[in-house]
Amino acid sequence: MFAGLDPQATALVLARMQFAFTVSFHFIFPAFSIGLASYLAVLEGLWLKTGKPLYLDLFRYWLKIFSVAFAMGVVSGLVMSYQFGTNWSVFSDKVGGVIGPLMAYEVLTAFFLEAGFLGVMLFGMKRVGRGLHFAATLMVALGTFVSAFWIISVNSWMQTPTGFEMGPGGQFLPGPSWAAIIFNPSFPYRLVHTVIAAYLTTALVVGAVGAWHLLRDRTNAHSRKMFSMAMWMAALVAPVQIVAGDMHGLNTLEHQPAKVMAMEGHYQSHPDGAPLYLFGIPDDKAQRLDYAVGIPKASSLILKHDPNAPLAGLDTIAPENRPPVWIVFWSFRIMVGIGFAMLGLGLWSVLARTRRRLYEWPMLHRAAVVMGPSGFVAVIAGWVTTEVGRQPFTVYGLLRTADSVSPIAAPAVAASLLAFVVIYFAVFGVGTWYILRLMSAAPEPHEDGPEEDEQAPIRTAGITPAHQPQGGVQ
Amino acid sequence: MIDLTVIWALIIAFAVFMYVVMDGFDLGIGILFPAFAPGEERDQAMNAIAPVWDGNETWLVLGGGGLLAAFPLAYAIILPATYPLIIAMMLGLVFRGVAFEFRWRDPRHRAFWDMAFFGGSLVAALAQGITLGALLQGIHVEGRAYAGGWLDWLSPYSLLTGIGVVAGYSLLGACWLALKVEGSAEDKAFGFARKAAWATILLMGSVSLATPFLAGQYFQRWFTEPMIYWLAPVPLITGAVAFALLRSLGKKHAWRPFMLTLAIFLLGMVGLGVSMWPWVVPQSVSIWDAAAPHRSQVFMLIGVGIVMPLILAYTGWAYWVFRGKVGSHGYH
Repeated sequence: MFAGLDPQATALVLARMQFAFTVSFHFIFPAFSIGLASYLAVLEGLWLKTGKPLYLDLFRYWLKIFSVAFAMGVVSGLVMSYQFGTNWSVFSDKVGGVIGPLMAYEVLTAFFLEAGFLGVMLFGMKRVGRGLHFAATLMVALGTFVSAFWIISVNSWMQTPTGFEMGPGGQFLPGPSWAAIIFNPSFPYRLVHTVIAAYLTTALVVGAVGAWHLLRDRTNAHSRKMFSMAMWMAALVAPVQIVAGDMHGLNTLEHQPAKVMAMEGHYQSHPDGAPLYLFGIPDDKAQRLDYAVGIPKASSLILKHDPNAPLAGLDTIAPENRPPVWIVFWSFRIMVGIGFAMLGLGLWSVLARTRRRLYEWPMLHRAAVVMGPSGFVAVIAGWVTTEVGRQPFTVYGLLRTADSVSPIAAPAVAASLLAFVVIYFAVFGVGTWYILRLMSAAPEPHEDGPEEDEQAPIRTAGITPAHQPQGGVQ
Repeated sequence: MIDLTVIWALIIAFAVFMYVVMDGFDLGIGILFPAFAPGEERDQAMNAIAPVWDGNETWLVLGGGGLLAAFPLAYAIILPATYPLIIAMMLGLVFRGVAFEFRWRDPRHRAFWDMAFFGGSLVAALAQGITLGALLQGIHVEGRAYAGGWLDWLSPYSLLTGIGVVAGYSLLGACWLALKVEGSAEDKAFGFARKAAWATILLMGSVSLATPFLAGQYFQRWFTEPMIYWLAPVPLITGAVAFALLRSLGKKHAWRPFMLTLAIFLLGMVGLGVSMWPWVVPQSVSIWDAAAPHRSQVFMLIGVGIVMPLILAYTGWAYWVFRGKVGSHGYH
């Protein structure tokens, strides 16, 4: 497979594959739990405000799913916090002084908050008052957001590093202002784009589950409510996301032009208006886009707001600094395509509302079911675009990926990669199956929470005389 | 002038200690898990930690993330040096972590997830213990990087520390269970606690005896005058606490065995500190060699100063909410 590569290059490729694999797998869960934690907070808040049991039922229905997804997010996230040391030790040594504190802040202000209040959120409904329980839910939701804040700051600093000084031996040292490090140029755009993506991803999952059950029973009030809430989210937030993504793209053009060139497939410079390629097969060897189908001058129009504006291509970038175009070009198109499909679904739902057919339009429901997992695909595609587009650097323009890797021999990295692949697919595959099974049960009145689930006879339940647990009676 | 590097060494030591005792009893319960009967006994054991395990494990993230932030060079050397151990620990913790949820979701495969819970806990505890031994026996460093092979960590000594940590975690887990569960499970917990206490004492003694003979520094530190007079109380007090623990377990006290076990772990940590000081990678990298830039230390110290009291407060509150016996119908 790696014939022709020397052992060091092989180890590098394997380490990159391992990071890409573990982080992609991991991010699926936060992408869902950031949105779902907020959705749960909204549901519980609506229940407390209106007193309608329907909201409590929905809260409990999604809480069970949240608990499974969150557990997988925790264990796969733990792996990430050690990957930097196991496989990217030179990077950690050189950059630890700058990004380490941000990650430490993530642990202190986010992970402990989530974990500390999660137990009460999941199992404490009968052990603390309603207000306190709601506070716990809010803290978990806040924790997911704060976590995103710090880790996206770290990632953005690697894309657009600012606020640092260079020490002896190529060490990155913090400058006088931490704000200059945290609020680096791409951070606000990436944070907004990522958090909205998590909300959209969750909305599409919730919408798909609602739609699935509407296709079976369109009178189910619970299915209707979740479908309606999710479709509002898609209709209102998908356009915002497209605007946010566009702004993020312009920011990237300013700070990481080579990444945009790869996204656009612009191998050559276009002195008088660059075309927007909709399709093409990038050929990195020949530095040429084959079978290109494009709209003349549209890329200049989007990126420069002027159809005749010149746009530089990868021919202006030194060959050793070019990112691989094939992956970036296509992952970007997948993300954007799905984004517009989400917008389409949102608009369709608005049309259905105006015609009073939101709950009676099976084609819409089928489309929503099909779109259910699309958020995950878009989110991963987006991350692939920005991370592969940063190559061949870990700290953009300053520290090469090849100079960041641990001195671990290829066989050790290969063995660990294989173990991660096998175990992740097995364990998280089964976990996903459990989540799908929970979703396949229609939401009902008097929904059980995770603390009194019939399959969890005693768990950490409160005192529940009305609910006789099976098995555990003495 | 206060040396922030020393303060950070103490903070990291505190995080490691918190992790060891808090996730220690979680992992210990996992290690003892198959010895409890399926059904009520195991469900109670699981319930004794279900609401708090995630918070406990977060201390491991703080230990790792904190090491990266405060001593990046140590993080960059120790993790590659113990590569297979860290990977094994992570994968063990994956199985352990998901088993909490999965065993309730799938009664037909509960026996499988119970074994995953056991196996994951055992592998994680063993890997952590071997890592400790690997660190103490020394790591081959050249320049700013690990320069050994990928099985350098494996030695009779590191295996001894590995088994020692498994025994110690089992003791913590058994004492925690004795507090939280009732009926036959409680009786079993006390029985395991006694066995684990003996095993822990013997293994801790063996590690303590073996360590001075690893390298010059440890022997000098402990056995030369005047250090020997200053340090002699550490093993003596440990012995007294161990004796009190065995007695307390015999009398089936509620809280006392757990607290005495914490004291043993604390004394073990003190002993470790005495041996390692001032190295973070023994004999190769001192805490000052590995320390993060001054500005990083200050920035993080502000965060720790403000946030750590809050963390301890709400963590304490969460434990308070789920206080008391788990019982077979939940908490009383």
